[in-house]
Amino acid sequence: MKKEFYSIAKLLEKNSKILDVGCGTGELMKYITENISNDIRGIELSKSNVQKCVEKGLTVIEGDAEKDLKQFPDSSFEFVILSQTLQAFLDPENVLNELLRIGKKAVVSIPNFGHWKVRLHLLLKGTMPITENLPNEWYNTPNLHMCSIKDFENYCKKRDIKINLKNLKIKNFFSELGIFIIQK
Amino acid sequence: MNKFNNIKKIIVKKPLKLDCGQTINNFPLAYETYGKLNDKKNNAILIFHALTGDQFASGINPITEKDGWWSNALGPGKAIDTDKYFIIAANVIGGCMGSFGPSDINPDTKKPYGTNFPVLTINDMVNAQYNLLEHFKIEKLFSVIGGSMGGMQVLQFVSNFPNKAFTAIPIACTASHSAQNIALNELGRQSIMADRNWEDGFYEEKKKQPDKGLAVARMAAHITYLSKAGLQEKFGRKLQERDDLKFSFDADFQIESYLRYQGSVFVDRFDANSYLYITRAMDYFDLTKRFDGNLSKAFENSDTRFFIISFTSDWLYPTSENREIVIALNAIGKNVGFVEISSDKGHDSFLLDVPDFLNTVKNFLNTSYKKIK
Repeated sequence: MKKEFYSIAKLLEKNSKILDVGCGTGELMKYITENISNDIRGIELSKSNVQKCVEKGLTVIEGDAEKDLKQFPDSSFEFVILSQTLQAFLDPENVLNELLRIGKKAVVSIPNFGHWKVRLHLLLKGTMPITENLPNEWYNTPNLHMCSIKDFENYCKKRDIKINLKNLKIKNFFSELGIFIIQK
Repeated sequence: MNKFNNIKKIIVKKPLKLDCGQTINNFPLAYETYGKLNDKKNNAILIFHALTGDQFASGINPITEKDGWWSNALGPGKAIDTDKYFIIAANVIGGCMGSFGPSDINPDTKKPYGTNFPVLTINDMVNAQYNLLEHFKIEKLFSVIGGSMGGMQVLQFVSNFPNKAFTAIPIACTASHSAQNIALNELGRQSIMADRNWEDGFYEEKKKQPDKGLAVARMAAHITYLSKAGLQEKFGRKLQERDDLKFSFDADFQIESYLRYQGSVFVDRFDANSYLYITRAMDYFDLTKRFDGNLSKAFENSDTRFFIISFTSDWLYPTSENREIVIALNAIGKNVGFVEISSDKGHDSFLLDVPDFLNTVKNFLNTSYKKIK
């Protein structure tokens, strides 16, 4: 399992009600179910990923986070998780608003476009950065709205979103991933 | 009816007040079971059948001598595993496989009820089948499962009895029958009624059968269970045992021959009045009606874990209608999973060997079962 998932799981409270938005193949959900809380469900767009979640016996809803989060009532989850998908939405601001509406807290992770490797890649090669966390070429990347940890912090400040916790012992320059707990 | 002498049934003694206002009692409810009820009585699944189904979901149907309608899904080691679970399936009231229906003899007239049989609803069907829980002394079912009209019964069951099923799998269904589906059902009914042999529903006492009308109803309905792509792939413009068009109204095309065959075998096993009554019950189905149009309220008191399944090529009960149920459940924070299975086999997908579908059912049941054990 990805290291990131352990970091995310550590931020959650035992037996809390959780929604994993864009839960992929259900790896994180499975870990959380077995170790933290079995009151968890996921929402996932890709049919083949949904099948993989079903195989793991997870509760998954096939759907599109950009459209389908509105069906959940306010504060219906203790935690809503969004792992490295924010940048892939057409309207990430809307998704963030929905996360903060339906979750008392949201755990959001973003691939950090401000990481030194990314900066160095663009500086030296002059081409779009390709790293472990950003493996795609510019023409086939699902990422529409890349941002850096600093961008995300600035955004939260501007929108009065409280950042409860962040993994910034390693800062914008050194951290390939930003993980935040945010709330309204 | 003699042919039903050897099938299992309970006689429901308790009066059942129907939605139409009439009360019925001492009526037969035919059922079949598969697998064994465990000592804790927590492995029971109630299966609801669709419009033309019956209690013989698996194995060989002793009346038709054909495979049970859900043999693909139900059996030893299958998605609904009879080695593990105790499965109960009943024939709906209004049906024609031994449960109280329009071909039963009316004790007042000593003649078959025909169209004097009361108009039924999905709610009535479910309330009648609830008696099976008492019969088997089951406090809580492990699951309620059904596709199409069976799915509607699943929804109605959970709404009526919010704490009587640990899980529920409504498949390819709707919470409220659409105008298009009412229209298609009306087409079938009018086809039966247009047959001279229908005799206003009293054909049995006149020793007639509206076979032609019923066959046409089945042919029309059968098209709605398939998809355009599925039909095109299977039949295209292929000709039936001939090299060229015959310039006649014979079944030149394979699809014509196929539909005629489907119509002709159907009339051997199904009663025309049952077809009228059951399609009517489907049309009357609107779970939101009692709740001022708010479907969520139908499930407010339920603690059932739902898993809802739809199929990409099902245009009869499309994904959008299944998703409305998901939305209603999410809106009140209920536990619900949902998948749309890719299949070009149309509405019929739930009856066929569609591996992704069968695996989904199997995985959901097996992981849920671990949670209660």
